[in-house]
Amino acid sequence: MTVSVLTRKGAGSTGALPVQPRPVESRGGTARATAAEPVLAIESLTIGTGAVDLVIDVSFQVAPGETLCLVGESGCGKSLTCLAAMGLLAEPVRRRAGSVRLAGTELTSLGDRRLREIRGRDMAMIFQDPVASLNPVQRVGRQVAEALVVHEGLSMRSAMRRAIELLDRVGIARPDERANAYPHQLSGGMCQRVMIAMALACRPKLIVADEATTALDVTTQAQILKLMKTLQDETGTAMIFVTHDLSVVAEIADRVAVMYSGRIVETGPVDALFDHPAHPYTRGLMDCRLHALSAANGRLAAIGGTVPRPAARPIGCAFRPRCPRADARCETLPELRRLFGAQTAACHFPGAAR
Amino acid sequence: MSLRFVLGKLLRALLTLVLAVTFVFVVLRMSGDPVTQMLPDDTPASVVADYRQMWGLDRPLPEQYARYVAGILHGDFGFSFRDDRPALDVVLERVPLSLELGLTALALTIVLGIGGGILAALKRGTSVDHATMAMTIMGHSMPNFFLGILLILLFAMTWRILPSSGVGTWKHLILPAVTLGTSYAATVARFTRSSLLEVLNQPFMRTARAKGVPFRRRILGHALPNAGIPIVTVVGLRLGALIGGAVVVEPVFAWPGVGQLLVNAVAFRDLAIVQTIVLLIAVTMVVVNFMVDITYGWLDPRIRVDSGEATA
Ligand SMILES: Nc1ncnc2c1ncn2[C@@H]1O[C@H](COP(=O)(O)OP(=O)(O)OP(=O)(O)O)[C@@H](O)[C@H]1O
Ligand code: SF4
Ligand SMILES: [Mg+2]
Repeated sequence: MTVSVLTRKGAGSTGALPVQPRPVESRGGTARATAAEPVLAIESLTIGTGAVDLVIDVSFQVAPGETLCLVGESGCGKSLTCLAAMGLLAEPVRRRAGSVRLAGTELTSLGDRRLREIRGRDMAMIFQDPVASLNPVQRVGRQVAEALVVHEGLSMRSAMRRAIELLDRVGIARPDERANAYPHQLSGGMCQRVMIAMALACRPKLIVADEATTALDVTTQAQILKLMKTLQDETGTAMIFVTHDLSVVAEIADRVAVMYSGRIVETGPVDALFDHPAHPYTRGLMDCRLHALSAANGRLAAIGGTVPRPAARPIGCAFRPRCPRADARCETLPELRRLFGAQTAACHFPGAAR
Repeated sequence: MSLRFVLGKLLRALLTLVLAVTFVFVVLRMSGDPVTQMLPDDTPASVVADYRQMWGLDRPLPEQYARYVAGILHGDFGFSFRDDRPALDVVLERVPLSLELGLTALALTIVLGIGGGILAALKRGTSVDHATMAMTIMGHSMPNFFLGILLILLFAMTWRILPSSGVGTWKHLILPAVTLGTSYAATVARFTRSSLLEVLNQPFMRTARAKGVPFRRRILGHALPNAGIPIVTVVGLRLGALIGGAVVVEPVFAWPGVGQLLVNAVAFRDLAIVQTIVLLIAVTMVVVNFMVDITYGWLDPRIRVDSGEATA
């Protein structure tokens, strides 16, 4: 039986976009963004530390205006993938191989300085804990304005004026007063709105949101999701949205990439994945939605067992110890193969009945 | 900053001063009858009684206390036996010299301590970090008088490029200031390093990186203001000890400041002088603590008592 539990937002939501983002590398950069070109293209990305690979051979693309959801249990490499996309990996974790292209510009070969100029301007990131992600001793308006000061060379005064407009745009009432508040004076949801305003400040081509709603209560979460969707429709920004929560996926995704133990195991349009998940792990995720999913820790009780530690990954398919369908063939690594339409899965028995 | 915050701090400062004054009073009574201590042992009993009456020591204790406090409020801190002058005058004329030494040393402490701490934190795990930390351990464990004597041996005796003692030129200032300044710089460096390292790992520092903020701006604009409180605390401790703190170093270099005066006054049981210096130190501490508290509120808005800004 296939599972079709969720009503999706109208497909093809990427219609006419009123505000196009600025082209990347506008000052005589190496790349020209064309309509057909993906905003972000990650290819064969491998990330590791010491002798252990944490993210292995990950490839995906995000088109302008598209939202790609990265899902998977805790520890499967979603955050590291995001950080690598932003060029924010910190020692001792390193990119070992692969390429990251932002609107055609290869980021992995850029120097620190060039990368810094792109970060915050052409791509921005929103984090899980909005209160801790804001500088506690600086007024929030100033923190939003800083992006404009750094990237557009505005004076703090005029940047503040723009910051207040941005705060207004993300639905903060009395933005001119709130701009003077410190993070601890605002609620979590309000702080996340500030983070979104900060991310939007330079009209980036790509926003990476790593569990941007996980720490918020359900009502606030719904408000923030709605806000992000609205803003995305207005600006045509591409988005990577990391979450454990499949109801969030249903709400916001155009496409989904399911990660398991450092690899992408299934990708596809969100409807396809919900209607006919091909990988046994994806099916497990869907089942968990029907049972009580403890979204808080991202554990999927219905599947049983846990994600193997990166240092103790089984040979072949990493899902093997937990897979109801596993057999001897699964001791060789399944490749990510195209199934139907745009759906791909890395399994020797994709879509097989349980 | 709210009025309540400032008033609260002021009230506490006042309370501290009252306690210090009372403490001095009690200690003076406990250390024996001042009259018999001052007068030769063979003084006739009638003379002793006269002095008692003159100084009001025959009155009940509460009255004595009231007179003593009233005296202080009128600027009467007693007489120095040795100089036969008001104790306050004797002490105050030493203050500028102590300040000169203390402030120079403090500047050295701040530059070396904060600078070294930042350097070590930013170069964490490198040889720069290890070398800085090794130096702080040395600076920390070497007693002040030992370092002072060592410097005198080297710079004054062996190389003869700096005077070993006394005051007069800026050259006289160098050795005592270095002795006093470096030992505490070690403490400040350690505090700076650890608080900066903690801040560098905070999520908001990652946000600043994701925002594309340049390195210098991330350190100066985001990291240091957040690491400021522990640093201000240790520097404040030093500032509070500015006037009375050079008790060891001043005698070593024959620097005629308050610290040296205190050592001599204790040796000669010149009680009024001791009392005045103790009160002076208390006042400095209180003033500095007050300033530090105000600085906290200025550095960290979470410490300020909110005037009821909306949280929604
Ligand atoms: N600095 C590090 N050193 C060593 N291992 C790390 C480091 N950072 C992450 N890892 C490991 O890399 C793996 C992937 O981590 P990542 O944070 O990307 O997971 P995630 O999918 O985002 O999980 P979560 O849902 O808990 O956020 C985990 O097993 C984690 O333990
Ligand atoms: S490859 Fe085998 S073990 Fe892995 S998911 Fe498919 S069936 Fe399960
Ligand atoms: Mg994560």
